[in-house]
Amino acid sequence: MKRLSSLLMVTAAACAFTTSAYADGHEGKRGRDGEVKIIYWQAPSILNPFLSGGTKDVESASMIVEPLARYNEKGELVPWLVDSVPTVENGGVSADLTSITWKITEGITWSDGTPLTSEDVKFTYEYCTAPEGGCAQVTKFGAVASIDTPDAQTVVINFKEPTPNPYGPFTGGESPILQKAQFQDCMGAKAPECTEQNFAPIGTGPFVVTSFKPNDVITMKANENYRVEGKPAFASVTFKGGGDAAAAGRAVMETGEFDYGWNLQLAPDVIAEMEKGGKGVPVAGFGPLVERIMLNNTNPDPALGPDERSVIRPHPFLGNPAVYKALSMAIDRPLLVEVGYGKAGKVGCNWVPAPEAFASTSMKCDVQDLEGAKKLLEDAGFKDSDGDGVRETPEGKPMNILYQTSTNAVRQDFQALIKQWWEEIGFKVELRNLSGSVFFGGDPGSPDTFQKFYADVEMYANTFNGTDPQSYLGNGLCDKAPSPKTQWQGENISRFCMPEYDALHAELTKTAGIEKRAEIAKKLNDMIVQNGGMIPLVHRGRLSAHANTVGGVVLNVWDSELWNVADWYRKK
Amino acid sequence: MLNYLIRRLATSVPTLLFIGLIVFLLLELAPGDPMAQVPLTVPPEVKQQMREALGLGEPVHIRFWKWLVQFFWIEPLNLVDYVFGTTFAEGQLRVISWQTRSPVMEIVLQRMPQTLWVVGVAYLVGIIIAMPIGIYSAYRQYSMFDNVGTFVTMVGFSVPPFFSGVLVIVIFAVNLGWFPSIYDTTLVVDDWDSLKAQINQMFLPVMVLALQITSQLSRFVRASVLDNLNQDFVRTARSKGLSENVVLLVHVLRNSMIPVVTVIALGIPAIFGGAIITEQVFQVNGIGQLLISAIEANDLPMVQTLTFIFAVLIVLFNLIADMLYGVLDPRIRYD
Amino acid sequence: MTDQSVSEPATIVVPQDDMSRPARSQWADIWMQFKNHRGAMVGLVIFAIIVLGVAVGPFIWTSDPQAIPPVVEMIKQRDARPIYTLLWDQGAKTNWANPLGTDNLARDNLARLLFGGRVSIAVGLTAMILALVLGTFVGVLSGYFKSMDGPLMRLTDLFLALPLLPMILVASLLFREPLAAMFGVEGGVFTLIVCLIGITSWMQTARIVRGDVLALKEREFVLAARSIGTPSRRIITRHMLPNVLSPIMVSATLGIATAIITESALSFLGFGFPPDFPTWGRLLNDSVNRMVSYPERVIWPGLLISLTVLSVNYIGDGLRDALDPRIRGR
Repeated sequence: MKRLSSLLMVTAAACAFTTSAYADGHEGKRGRDGEVKIIYWQAPSILNPFLSGGTKDVESASMIVEPLARYNEKGELVPWLVDSVPTVENGGVSADLTSITWKITEGITWSDGTPLTSEDVKFTYEYCTAPEGGCAQVTKFGAVASIDTPDAQTVVINFKEPTPNPYGPFTGGESPILQKAQFQDCMGAKAPECTEQNFAPIGTGPFVVTSFKPNDVITMKANENYRVEGKPAFASVTFKGGGDAAAAGRAVMETGEFDYGWNLQLAPDVIAEMEKGGKGVPVAGFGPLVERIMLNNTNPDPALGPDERSVIRPHPFLGNPAVYKALSMAIDRPLLVEVGYGKAGKVGCNWVPAPEAFASTSMKCDVQDLEGAKKLLEDAGFKDSDGDGVRETPEGKPMNILYQTSTNAVRQDFQALIKQWWEEIGFKVELRNLSGSVFFGGDPGSPDTFQKFYADVEMYANTFNGTDPQSYLGNGLCDKAPSPKTQWQGENISRFCMPEYDALHAELTKTAGIEKRAEIAKKLNDMIVQNGGMIPLVHRGRLSAHANTVGGVVLNVWDSELWNVADWYRKK
Repeated sequence: MLNYLIRRLATSVPTLLFIGLIVFLLLELAPGDPMAQVPLTVPPEVKQQMREALGLGEPVHIRFWKWLVQFFWIEPLNLVDYVFGTTFAEGQLRVISWQTRSPVMEIVLQRMPQTLWVVGVAYLVGIIIAMPIGIYSAYRQYSMFDNVGTFVTMVGFSVPPFFSGVLVIVIFAVNLGWFPSIYDTTLVVDDWDSLKAQINQMFLPVMVLALQITSQLSRFVRASVLDNLNQDFVRTARSKGLSENVVLLVHVLRNSMIPVVTVIALGIPAIFGGAIITEQVFQVNGIGQLLISAIEANDLPMVQTLTFIFAVLIVLFNLIADMLYGVLDPRIRYD
Repeated sequence: MTDQSVSEPATIVVPQDDMSRPARSQWADIWMQFKNHRGAMVGLVIFAIIVLGVAVGPFIWTSDPQAIPPVVEMIKQRDARPIYTLLWDQGAKTNWANPLGTDNLARDNLARLLFGGRVSIAVGLTAMILALVLGTFVGVLSGYFKSMDGPLMRLTDLFLALPLLPMILVASLLFREPLAAMFGVEGGVFTLIVCLIGITSWMQTARIVRGDVLALKEREFVLAARSIGTPSRRIITRHMLPNVLSPIMVSATLGIATAIITESALSFLGFGFPPDFPTWGRLLNDSVNRMVSYPERVIWPGLLISLTVLSVNYIGDGLRDALDPRIRGR
């Protein structure tokens, strides 16, 4: 059981972290620094993360409601409302991995002055799992059998079966604690009717909502009952939403109207130009987010009927190792990074690029090799037999690729570049872009969703929460392929299917021990990339910007970006 | 006239219901998913449960009926409750937005001030500038003034706000620093200073919008006045010895107003509809932004309600325009 | 003044021949008038140059608007400035092979502008004409015939109220693949876009035309025409249409600008042309974020859109004057 301690050297890290926050010498009275202005170009709609699941809502709510433990900027779990993170070593996690015991720190109160108790934690579980509630975070509690509250400070979570990673419930910004007194009449079907509660949850966090205009602006003031003396430094927050990433970047870096701008997905030269404004700086952090091209393992021929298109295997040519290898070799990833992401991107060869323990190092992909790609295709029998510049399969089908993605300036640049390279090695590429709200919407009636995959290849980015990729790797399982039978729901977008993969993943779910788990995870990662499931392109970071006058910002991609907003202060 | 008015009002009820139904069916048919913005890390089963919690599992006609009841019965009851402090609507489910899980009408009311401030003022400014420009350009057709006016208005109209908005931000907010680039909807105007701040932050969006409105309207005014300048009645008026001002501003203008009234009547519902792109660029977050974000998030109750209110205004103002035609030109009869 | 013989479009006569004949046809008359309108002629020439430029230009300036040079070349050639930048900035990165510079993927700006104009002008003109024909048709009918006023205007109300975006989504869902099968991918997209823009922008024209027709049909000359037994069809074509021409012309000019911009919005949503297919609206849209560093990328497409609209406006002015019998002959 050594794995747990090495997975998260949590307690120590947490102590080190807290002291370092104090050590930068900025202390004083609560609310001494006036107002801080934050801009998110996607506006928060609701402050109850259980009812939305949207990043914008989870992050804005994280300033108000908090989980028991959080991930820090390195991806380590740190205690937040508890004394320490339970492990097998300290006895917090039972030896058979079926229960975990959290001890809430004495003296923590809600912003209304009442104490935070284990009842609130238990209530949160009941709230989210209540039928008809439509809780977005219900998977966090999927493994939970029951929750016991022996006393006001102790929470015991019992799992249905041994759970190698027991840190799902009540950790991270997606799973904060709600106050029982406030939400007890809002269970299940009544959840949406509690507008007042959903717009101004009572929390333990550093700020309290004073007014909430949905999809527009939130104003907050410092929580007078916050547990740390002298924090937060800011007396009030204006949290503006709307517009686009460029407007947010301008407001932080060029005009200085705002102090923090979230997720500035802009081309690096645009960011650099804004940075010249001199009022703020961009900061980047790397999580497991990967921009990738998914390869369709089924046949998307429009001539096929609705029950067969993108359902029946195989694809006319994409399943051939020579083809998908050649497609990957033709891509110049360092150039893609330079054009599209700058310092917010790295060359990506893996599906799981982070955390470090799980990132495979077996593949290299940073050199473009057009000649090699051509040779590979030539040798495999894909030749241009009719001289039109497009290769044909041995059966005589021209190798045409329909390449779709969502609308986004950087993605369209990528499409143009990759189209160019693929056409050089003898494919014919047709591009399509779709509005994100259609592409990522799961409407089974729409032909344009990414799940339906009515194209040969498609590009998007995906990531996972927390630090354990087990369920993310589950997206490569045969039975998770979307099809008409499942209303086109399912996460195995490329319809990758390999019995060995399924078997190995089953092994992962039963394996404990970080080293062993990491080893299997890396194998799974290599398997899917090397067998034509996808072509990873760029390991993407999150790029945000903060004003030069704001101190204490630590960009965190493993949790809410605003996780340590209590430590922010105004530089004098 | 009164007869006609009553008949029109009576027919507008089925018309509006029909429009409501068509919009509802259109939204039903349109591909889209209220869960589109939920991150990919949330599994599909959970998304399905969330959809069902929104009531998406029910058949179409039941949902349309529910919306009708909520919009035409429960919402007015809530208004009554609000005004008279009664509790008729207590416990009744109002029209609820899927994004925010709160009553749609409350958000609409919240958005009205900034929409009226920015889009409404821009419309007023546009009309005030466009009328004299249009009249004078027509009166002195092909003069220097007319040519410059034509050039400016045409360029003004062909430059889309996604460009002109950012352009004025770069010039006036970033380089000169005179105006803010982001509209503050929390500002409460209660004294001179806050009024100044309000004017300051409205300036750029109003400028961008007013340019578009002026361009469009002044062209119609000019064309219409030109049409009338050579009519016989103008010659008659002149030969009677009326002053040029009276001829132009009374005789010609009155007869030229029909297309202008039409354009303005089509524009007033548009004020309520907001200005989608300009609101986005300056983050005014008015009704336009509300509508577009609701469409993107596939928040059907919100889109349906907004579109319906919009339809009511269109029907109403087109009726007003028709009435005004009769006032402007008594020869027009509907009976 | 208006002779009663119905003039066939086929009798359009070249004006030179016409000068010698004593009785000129109406169309020749109009052309004479139009020719003397300086603004209209300038507009016509500019419009012809633009149309010729985008139609023939890509054959002369053969640089491929979609081609990206190989990696090393691309990094060297990307973000080049137009050569005229050298006039004030000797150190600017320019390249004589790309007179208007290159974009961030080293594609030639000039080629993209020329190529992009084809789509923009084609979409702008066709969609505008469609909207105009529809709008005028509905407007005249409902203004002139009392029985049709109610239903047609309620239809107009309905179209005014329909939210554009969901409508586009539905139309694209229903018609994209059948249209692509009928006209090919690009032809299908073109038909879809033109129809969508046309169908969603005729209402203003219809309302304006109706308003004018309502007033016109009570005028004395219409009464006179009717009293001598002129059929409705002829009253509409000979007396109504020429008199509502000026608002129609204004709608036409404004309509072109709207159509060009709307096309870019549609492409942005993914319902237009493929993303590497340049159009003026899209070039403008894509370059807004880089407008400070590379002003030429917004100025040129913006200028071309404005010039097209301006020239159509002046042509419209000239046409209106030429078709107005009261002005003609002065």
